[in-house]
Amino acid sequence: MPIRMELLVCGGTGCQASNSNRVLDVLKEEIKKANLQSEVNVLMTGCFGFCEKGPIVKVMPDNVFYVEVDEDAARKIVAEHVVKGRVYQEKLYVEPDTHEKLSEQSKIPFYKKQLRIALRNCGKIDPENINEYIAADGYMALGKVLTEMTPEEVIDVVKRSGLRGRGGGGFPTGVKWEATRKSKSDIKYVICNADEGDPGAFMDRSILEGDPHSVLEGMAIAAYAIGAQFGYIYVRAEYPLAIHRLRIAINQARELGLLGKNIFGTDFSFDVEIKIGAGAFICGEETALINSIEGGRGEPTVKPPYPAQVGLWKKPTNINNVETFANIAPIILNGADWFASIGTEKSKGTKVFALAGKVNNVGLVEVPMGITLREIIYDLGGGIKGGKKFKAVQTGGPSGGCIPAEHLDTPIDYDNLTALGSMMGSGGMIVMDEDDCMVNIAKFYLEFSCDESCGRCTACRIGNKRLLEILNKITEGKGEMEDLEMLKELAETVRDSSLCGLGQTSPNPVLSTMKFFYDEYLAHVRDKECPAGVCKELLKYYIIPEKCVGCTACARVCPVNVIHGEPKKVHVIDRDGCIKCGQCYNTCRFGAITRK
Amino acid sequence: MIKSLEELKQIREKYKDTLQNRETNEDKVKILVGMATCGIAAGARNTINAIVEEIRNEHIDNAVVVQTGCMGFCYAEPTVEVRMPNKEPVLYGKVDSEKAKEIVKRHVKNGEVIKEWVLRG
Repeated sequence: MPIRMELLVCGGTGCQASNSNRVLDVLKEEIKKANLQSEVNVLMTGCFGFCEKGPIVKVMPDNVFYVEVDEDAARKIVAEHVVKGRVYQEKLYVEPDTHEKLSEQSKIPFYKKQLRIALRNCGKIDPENINEYIAADGYMALGKVLTEMTPEEVIDVVKRSGLRGRGGGGFPTGVKWEATRKSKSDIKYVICNADEGDPGAFMDRSILEGDPHSVLEGMAIAAYAIGAQFGYIYVRAEYPLAIHRLRIAINQARELGLLGKNIFGTDFSFDVEIKIGAGAFICGEETALINSIEGGRGEPTVKPPYPAQVGLWKKPTNINNVETFANIAPIILNGADWFASIGTEKSKGTKVFALAGKVNNVGLVEVPMGITLREIIYDLGGGIKGGKKFKAVQTGGPSGGCIPAEHLDTPIDYDNLTALGSMMGSGGMIVMDEDDCMVNIAKFYLEFSCDESCGRCTACRIGNKRLLEILNKITEGKGEMEDLEMLKELAETVRDSSLCGLGQTSPNPVLSTMKFFYDEYLAHVRDKECPAGVCKELLKYYIIPEKCVGCTACARVCPVNVIHGEPKKVHVIDRDGCIKCGQCYNTCRFGAITRK
Repeated sequence: MIKSLEELKQIREKYKDTLQNRETNEDKVKILVGMATCGIAAGARNTINAIVEEIRNEHIDNAVVVQTGCMGFCYAEPTVEVRMPNKEPVLYGKVDSEKAKEIVKRHVKNGEVIKEWVLRG
C-alpha cells in the first residue's frame, strides 16, 4: 500500500535537545495503535531552522506545520489530525501581531522571505537515507560533471556563478579552485572546513545533520575540478550528531559507488575521511586546520604560500566551508546564470544566518544576499524580545563588529558589512537590546579571542590580553581618558600586525563599538556609570522614598546588612558597604529599588 | 554500484514517489477525502488508499491527496472532493474504491467530470 501521509519530525540538535526523539517514538507508537503504519509514515529529517518553536512536526501532503510539540501533543496530532482529518489547533504557530493561527509553513513570517539553496533538503528528506537524497536530484550534478564536463568547464561555471566562500573570508570559490587546478602535482587534496566556532553560529552543523550528501557531492565535484583524489572533512568533536550522520552518508555513498574508484564508470576516483578536531577556534583558519590534520599544533603559518600551492602534506589543497560545498550541486544543475541572478552585484546567491540573542524568533534562516538587517531582525526574527528597543546587531562572531540602528537598512553583502567595520563571517547574527552594555559586549568577545588565541604571534597573544585588561579596568570604573586612546591605538596595532585572521579581526568588536557607541565608553570612564546597568562595579542601588512602604523585605534579604530603617518607614541603603549583589532589587515588590 | 548516469536516474525514478507527498505547490490538483467518523465508518480509508494507489500507478505527479473532516453529507459518505487548479471544486458522494479509481483516471488525469456521481459542483 503506498504511503499517503508523512509526519516529518525535526531531528536537528536543537529539537533533539527539546526531546524530538521521544516525539518521534510516540508518533510511531500511536500510528501503530491506530493500525495506520502501512499508510502513514513517520520520519526524522534535518533542521527546519525555526529552533525557537521546536520541536517541529510537519504533516505532509496536508502541509500543516506544528510547533512546540511534546509527547502529549504528539498523541493529539495522531488522534485528531491523522485519524480524523482535523487540524490540531493547539499547536499551530500563532502570529504574535494578529493572533492568527497559521498552519502553512510558507505563510509564517519566519519563512516568508527565505530562499533555500544550501538548506534545500533540510527538513525535507531523511538525512540517513541516500535514496531520498537521490530522489531529490542528488548526485545528478556529480554525474553531469563527470560524464559531460571538463574540469575547466566546471571551474568556469563556479567562477561565473559568483559564489564566494561562506566560511568567513568571502574569497571567490571558482578562483580558489582554479589556483589549485593550476598547481602541478600528482596528489592533491580537498578539505571541507566544518570547524564551526563562532559563538551562536550553527549553519554548518545543520547542513551536515540535515543533508550530509550535499556536502559530499560538492566535495567530489571540487575534487574533479582541481584534480584531487582524496578529501578530508575537518569537523569538531562537539558535533556528535553531524559526525554520526556524515559517517552513515559516507558509507552509503561508498556502497553505491558514488565515492571510491571509477565513479560513474569514469577514470575519476575520490574518497573522503572524517578528521575530528578538538574544538580550537583557531583550527577554522585554513593553515592551522592543515597543521591539525597533519598531527601538529593547531597554529597558523605565514601565507603565501597558500594551501592552493603548498597545503596538506605539502601538496596543493583546496579548502572550502560546508555551506560553500552545499551550494555547488544546485549551481551545476541550474547554471551559473541562475545563481548569479540572486543577490547583489558582488555577493551572489543566498546566505544562511544563525539568528540569536534578544530576538523573538531564534533560528536558522537562509535569505538572498541584499536583504536588509531590518528585514531579518524584524520580519523574519519577529522583532526584539519583550518589545524592548533595538541597540545593535553583532555579525560575524568574535571577528565581527556591532552594527547600530542607523545602519539597519543596509543591504547585507560581504562588502557592505566590511565597510561598516563588521564582516559576514560564517553568518552568526546576535541581536542586542537596550539592556546590553556595549563595553561589556566588546569585553565578552575579546575574552573569547584571548582564550582562543594560539599564542604564536606576539601581537595577538599579548596585544589582545592588554586590550582585555583595559576593558576590565573601564568596566570596573577605574578607567581614565588616556585608556580610551590607548585602547583604540592598541586595537589598530593588533589588527594590523597579527599573523592570521584571528588576530587581524579580534579587535573588531572593540573598534566598532568605540566607533558607534563612544558615548557609552565615555559614560563608563568619565561619569563612572554604566548606562545599560550591566557593569556591576558601576552600579548604584537607591531606594525611592515615595515608593518604599517599609515592608523590611530588602533589609532582611541583604547579606551584608547595609539596609536600614524601621518597619513601615522608608528604608535607606548605606552604599559604602553595599556589595551590589542585587538581592534587594529582586526582592522588592513595590518597585522601590532602582539601580543605575 | 552505480556505473553510469542512467543507473543513477533509475534510482531517482524508483524513489521519486517517496518525496511526492512532501512537495507542496499551489498549482497541484487537490483531492480531499472526508475522513470524519461517518466517512471512516462508510469505508473512507479504503477510498483514500485506492486513490493514492491509483495516482502512483498512473504516474500522476501533480496531485495531492488530503484527508479532511466532515463535509456534512453523512448520507453520502465516503465523499471525495476534486479541486482542479482555477476550477470550481467538484464533490462526489458514495465513493468506494472502484469509483475512486475511476475518478482518478477520468477526472484527475483527463479532466472529465463524472456527472452521475456528483453531489455538488
